[in-house]
Amino acid sequence: MHARPDLTEHLPRLRRYARALTGDAARADDLVQDTLERALAKLDLWQPGSNLRAWLFTLMHNLFVNQIRRQGPHETLLDDALDEPVSGGQMEALAARDIHAALAKLPESQRVILLLVGLEQFSYGEAAEVLGVPVGTVMSRLSRAREHMRHLLAGESPIKLKVVK
Amino acid sequence: MTDAVYEHDLHAYVDGALPEARRLEVEAWLLAHPADAARVKAWSAQNQALHAAFDAVLGEPLPLQLARAARRPSRASPFRAVAALLAMTATGLGGYMIGIHAEQAALAPTHLARDAAIAHAVFSPESRHPVEVDATHAEHLVAWLSKRVGTPLHAPDFSAQGFKLLGGRLLTDEAGPVAQFMYEDRIERRVTLYVRRAATNRQLATFRHATENDVDVFYWIDGDFGYALSGQIGRQAMQQLADAAYHQLTSATRR
Repeated sequence: MHARPDLTEHLPRLRRYARALTGDAARADDLVQDTLERALAKLDLWQPGSNLRAWLFTLMHNLFVNQIRRQGPHETLLDDALDEPVSGGQMEALAARDIHAALAKLPESQRVILLLVGLEQFSYGEAAEVLGVPVGTVMSRLSRAREHMRHLLAGESPIKLKVVK
Repeated sequence: MTDAVYEHDLHAYVDGALPEARRLEVEAWLLAHPADAARVKAWSAQNQALHAAFDAVLGEPLPLQLARAARRPSRASPFRAVAALLAMTATGLGGYMIGIHAEQAALAPTHLARDAAIAHAVFSPESRHPVEVDATHAEHLVAWLSKRVGTPLHAPDFSAQGFKLLGGRLLTDEAGPVAQFMYEDRIERRVTLYVRRAATNRQLATFRHATENDVDVFYWIDGDFGYALSGQIGRQAMQQLADAAYHQLTSATRR
């Protein structure tokens, strides 16, 4: 019997990426749900033995890009993350808040590459596959994204300098 | 003579993507180029900050809706409402079908039985990750699930019936957090106990039985919580387990 691939084991990482990408828990899970439905509808197109995780992220990326095109950027959604209460004096919470805010300020293409490589730890080749661009483009976008983040994090909050150590 | 170090080498250094020899060359370069070293340090810190901010998502309970969607057959409609009504195949137990109503009234006792049967069908066939926390950490498991579900839970002991606790996982459904305990017998048949907050505190005087597409479910409501035991081991065997669970759990909560 030809076993269907189990997508359940990919859910936690798809959810993490979607959360970081959208900055909003409900919107992120909607994106994951859409991705699963797309994946199961197109499963016949997936080559068994090839990278299922990269394929799922490709589907999610395409859905996300289509959403952005349809609805325009959702910067306000990301800003909502700033309203979450932060208990006093907790450096981790402050760092998390800063990273949310900085991510929200990155252009989509930079945010995507920063998360695929920095958070999801895709290789440059896999990230190129997910995005459908050459590796050279991945490298130049990654470079811009990291420098952009560095300025955002350094410029906005002096406390950040302690966290970054 | 060391090759010049380029921008892409610095990124690959941060991402651990360099071969050892090149990594050492970049390290030597960074000692001599403090500006590059500062950038590399900042980029590494970004990676750490991303993990610090978002890794918690990995440990969150899986929304049951997504767990269902991950298992749906490929003919699922793109229209979610329609898709939710389609049958779901559980691959591991021989492909039985379960109807899903993802609609409201999820809290009613009949939905308790159905949701429990679905969760059973989704997770009991798992060979690699049937549970999130295994039974070797039973104390931690019970404490963790109790905290998340919001009531002191007890994992019933089915050793007299030949089933040992395999572990448990946390789910969410329309009613909120759900604890699922999983048990297995010597021939690897599995039963699951599903515990969640009930909508009404009306008591079901004793347990009830439902069959959800070949899954036997015995369920009852005790106080604010609904319990449902699901399995495919024959109705009589299920009833014995349900008896044991009911008596252990009701006496435990009324101590």
